[in-house]
Amino acid sequence: MSPAARRWAFLIAGSGLVAFYLWGLTGLPGFGDYPGPYGTIINQVAVTQTKATAVVSAINFEYRGIDTVGEEFILFAAAAGMSVVLRKLREERETEPADEADSRTVPPSSSAVRVAALLMVGPTAVLGWWLASHAQASPSGGFQGGVILASALLLIYLAGEFLSFRRLSPDALLDAVEAVGAGGFAAIGLAAIVMNLPYLYNYLPLGTIPGAVSSSGTIALISFFVGIEVAAAFTAIVGELLDQTLLRSA
Amino acid sequence: MGIFPFLVVAWVVVAGLYGIVTSRDLIHQIVCLIVVQSSTYVLLLGVGYVTGGAAPYFFDIPLHTKAVDPVVQALALTDVVVEAAVTALLLSFAIQAQKRFGTLDPTELAEFKG
Repeated sequence: MSPAARRWAFLIAGSGLVAFYLWGLTGLPGFGDYPGPYGTIINQVAVTQTKATAVVSAINFEYRGIDTVGEEFILFAAAAGMSVVLRKLREERETEPADEADSRTVPPSSSAVRVAALLMVGPTAVLGWWLASHAQASPSGGFQGGVILASALLLIYLAGEFLSFRRLSPDALLDAVEAVGAGGFAAIGLAAIVMNLPYLYNYLPLGTIPGAVSSSGTIALISFFVGIEVAAAFTAIVGELLDQTLLRSA
Repeated sequence: MGIFPFLVVAWVVVAGLYGIVTSRDLIHQIVCLIVVQSSTYVLLLGVGYVTGGAAPYFFDIPLHTKAVDPVVQALALTDVVVEAAVTALLLSFAIQAQKRFGTLDPTELAEFKG
């Protein structure tokens, strides 16, 4: 199909889509007129039931816990799938970084970038850790914290330390951490079955003060495992992409 | 406000779809897919909004304060994670396409057979 024909086909189909959407909107309650009972009910019962003040985390790691197991394994499978798709092909070989550019001087990253990036590594890692371990209290949780933990490692790369980045995140270690994170979540759920409770039942003491670090039982624990899983998965994904720059066709 | 947020959703979807349809580069096409998917965040959070509602975090506000729907917020989180996974996989397919066929143009790629 020529680009012009494609544009026309899209124009017709797109305007049909918009027309149906607008028609559908006429039957919906307007913005701000929340009709459903679920959100209202869960806002009223969640804090008392789970001792977590962050209702979103309570939903993710307790009420919809099974969905989140699936969600975590989607990420796990994507990271694994990526290393399968990007595996070294027969005609490719891995080259040592920077041994092909003898004649060309690579400008080093500026001192300002290096200092700023390296200064931010520590605070970023602390922030990620804090988010991953406070899912029960505030807008945070394992997914957010894990991504920020992974970006702490990426700051090392940004500072021009590709080799340090890879040394700090060897594949074997990443695989192990990822497995501990994903498996830990599933194991917390299975432990409930061993105790003759429903899968992912919150069997740990809930604590007395809602939102305290020790409160909310398995919610905080699951979030922490999710955090390390996500950090490892994202580091693996980014490392996989960065490794592509080292591959050369023979 | 009425239906304004929902019109934004339609705009973002159609703009992203237009990009996907007319794209001449796989990376650009993936970015357009991200644009389409980001419309779902606006939709989910728009559906769950309660006029005057607080965020569903009862750490420093009293229990039973009127708050927005936390269920759709949890769904939006799932959405972000899935988007990250999908983007990562699609990017690796784009890398392999470039390696095998030396092009990222979807029209040219359609002429090659696996």
